[in-house]
Amino acid sequence: MAGTWGRISTAVSPFPNPHYCVVYMRTGISMAEIPKEEYVLKCTSGCAGCSSTLCLRYILKAAGPETVLVMPACCTSVIQGAYPNTAMNVPVYNIAFASAAACASGISASYRSLGKKTNIIVYAGDGGTVDIGLQALSGAFERGTDFLYICYDNEAYGNTGMQRSGSTPLGALTTTTPAGKIHAKKDIDSIVAAHSPPYMASACSAYPLDLFKKVRKALEVRGPTFIHVLAPCPPGWRFPSDQTIEVGKLAVKTGMWILWEREYGKLKISAPSRAAVKKPEPLATYFSAQGRFKGIDPAVAEQLRNEVRRNIQRFVREEEQSCDQ
Amino acid sequence: MRSVATGNKAVAEAVRQANPAVIAAYPITPQTEIVESIAGFVADGTLASQYIPVESEHSAMAACIGASATGVRTFTATSSHGLLYMHEMLFWASGARLPVVMANVNRAVGPGWNVWAEHTDALAQRDTGWLQVFVATVQEAYDTTLMAFRIAEHNDVLLPVMVNLDGFSLSHVMQSLDTVTLGDFIPPMVLPHRIDTANPQGYGPLTGPEEFYKFRWEIERSMRDARSVIAGTEKAFAETFGRKYGMTDEYRCEDADVLVIALGTFGKEAEVAVDILRKEGIKVGSLRPRWFRPFPDLDVKGRDIVVIDRDYSFGFGGVLADSLRARYRVEPSSIIAGLGGQEVTYDDIASFVRTRMPGTETWFGVHDDV
Amino acid sequence: MTMYEVRIHSRGGQGGVTAARLLAHAAFLDGKHASACPFYGAERRGAPVVSFVRIDDKPIRVYSQIRHPDLVVVLDTTIMDAVDVLQGLKPDGVVFLNSSEKSDAGEHTTYTVDLTAIALSLGLVIAGSPILNTPVLGALARMGVVSFASVKAAIAVTFSDKRNVRAAEAAYQELVL
Repeated sequence: MAGTWGRISTAVSPFPNPHYCVVYMRTGISMAEIPKEEYVLKCTSGCAGCSSTLCLRYILKAAGPETVLVMPACCTSVIQGAYPNTAMNVPVYNIAFASAAACASGISASYRSLGKKTNIIVYAGDGGTVDIGLQALSGAFERGTDFLYICYDNEAYGNTGMQRSGSTPLGALTTTTPAGKIHAKKDIDSIVAAHSPPYMASACSAYPLDLFKKVRKALEVRGPTFIHVLAPCPPGWRFPSDQTIEVGKLAVKTGMWILWEREYGKLKISAPSRAAVKKPEPLATYFSAQGRFKGIDPAVAEQLRNEVRRNIQRFVREEEQSCDQ
Repeated sequence: MRSVATGNKAVAEAVRQANPAVIAAYPITPQTEIVESIAGFVADGTLASQYIPVESEHSAMAACIGASATGVRTFTATSSHGLLYMHEMLFWASGARLPVVMANVNRAVGPGWNVWAEHTDALAQRDTGWLQVFVATVQEAYDTTLMAFRIAEHNDVLLPVMVNLDGFSLSHVMQSLDTVTLGDFIPPMVLPHRIDTANPQGYGPLTGPEEFYKFRWEIERSMRDARSVIAGTEKAFAETFGRKYGMTDEYRCEDADVLVIALGTFGKEAEVAVDILRKEGIKVGSLRPRWFRPFPDLDVKGRDIVVIDRDYSFGFGGVLADSLRARYRVEPSSIIAGLGGQEVTYDDIASFVRTRMPGTETWFGVHDDV
Repeated sequence: MTMYEVRIHSRGGQGGVTAARLLAHAAFLDGKHASACPFYGAERRGAPVVSFVRIDDKPIRVYSQIRHPDLVVVLDTTIMDAVDVLQGLKPDGVVFLNSSEKSDAGEHTTYTVDLTAIALSLGLVIAGSPILNTPVLGALARMGVVSFASVKAAIAVTFSDKRNVRAAEAAYQELVL
């Protein structure tokens, strides 16, 4: 069955080896080694300080020109530019909101049967991933589709002006949670992990080298891979456009967002999060850097603090256990 | 080669011969036999397609769109709720100008749950930019599925085609089937706008008010061009394989004062009613539109028309009757019959003709006191 | 010949639909036009199922149910407690029953063969149910509905298990005209 990555059916995988394989990259890479070629051209329609555009820039540098982007409705539907222009120097296939992973399945089936190794990357927002696109995502992962699914998470429906999504954190203000969100952020990573993909990781726009490496690694893997990137949004999160990197770093340093990789199920906390999980900075610094947590109920803030603490413990414990094995 | 097959098996065999590169489909009664047959062909190696066992019909169409966009032949099949679930993606396939071919096994839409024949599922998709054809025999299902690939992929069309066959009344009916040696009847697919990393393009990006309508006109222009492509394909089919089809199937229409107009198997059963009525001295013919989009030119002037709609548009009328009223300014006797598999015999059709009243609508089986 | 119409009564899982298809196939091999239409209810094991077969020299254009059959075939006589299997049968219509007892259905000429015993004797059992759809074809050939050669050919094309043809042969021999 295609349900686990170890036993993908050969009907799905055109590769002679019926098992996925990972080619391990050397981990040391410097900014100087990142390709100079640009695939996100200087004519995007992104907001000033847009981190998802920054992420895509590094993702495409890692992927190179032999890449097809599949995009459901999301901020990047606009950022890529309007007909007859495009700011993307790779083919971009726009598709309806719920169907990015399924559309990529079709492209992947065709290309792999033709022997083409073209990278197929879904670049989807959190709404198109954790909410409306979840079924197609689950189906594509269960079927062992050879593609990389990247969710850039700005924790709300950004393209339509910041309405809540399943990925909005507890307590955050959005236009549809004017008193702060009363539900916790959906744990999409656990849902994806339940499909046992050969490789998955989290990343953050403030750490482009880490993102670059993870994309390279994911693209070396045959089968479905997943990268969940935190993408702070200046207008949506209500912070100045020049603070995008700073806010992203705060998310990591406070442990609100943890950087990790999961290869064949085995968890490894990534370098930028190592210090943070040992001694996280106070969450209040993250709250105060943005307007969406303004006036947060102290009880809710405490709840979030506890959640972050539990989350850190959960990751650290799991990593220790997997080291013991 | 002559043999016997059900409507579903005939479609599956045509697909096997057309040899799509990618097939993505989700099972639903009464279409399931098509999916099962195709999965069987792939498993036993008689079909080299990539078969994607998707988790929904929405994803089935999305996967066909993705694959078709790479320039390869695609196929899917569905029915009823599955077709409705695809609705959004149907627009995407035609808007993206992708020649996906789909078999739709016509079935009623719930509630209540009903698995039997009705055309409302397909007719509710009439504005999606798909070519729609309705077949009435096992042989026609096979022949039309083959032709659908050639028509859809023709450079003057490049639009998706939906081949409709009645649930159970045709999908599960076994009749004789003469299969062909296909040869080069369906040329290799060439999609001018296929995804190409050497020539990176944006597909379906934001398109403003000053441009959008032009793309819509392009679809309509191709729909109009499709008429001659259909005619050319049907002519080539007749020349190559000896079986003639047209935009319509006409039976004893030449001298008819009265025309029975119905889609699908009712249009075939009506031929038997025509023979009965002719013996009674009523000059009647059966005019069965095969193609619904593009809509055929029908010679209805000066004739009494009895339209049987196996569908309904609430608050307005039978979809086929309304199409005729709008297009030809006629006042048909509109009969609503066969919904959800309601049994309608040739005797019933004959009585529709005998009791016809132009300008009225009658629901078969529904009486004022009900 | 005018159209010959057959109605087959069975229970879900007994193979009535396949019997109809095999009969249509055999008629086709005889050079006739034929169609087999199952009337599907909710598809459940054990529920009464009706299938129709039409055989004619001309192409068949009828898809509605058969209301006045020339032949009624009953694969499971317990259905007769719940369903009037003779409904609409033509005055000169005949009946075939899968039964171990010589019985008759009122006015109508009735033929019987114990198909169940034939299936069991050959071990033709799927999921606990004896297979009736191949032996019944032998009986129908003996009754002259289709030729026995075509029955054997239709069965051979549909099933690889040779016992199916043997079952049809046994029923062909057993039926007393």
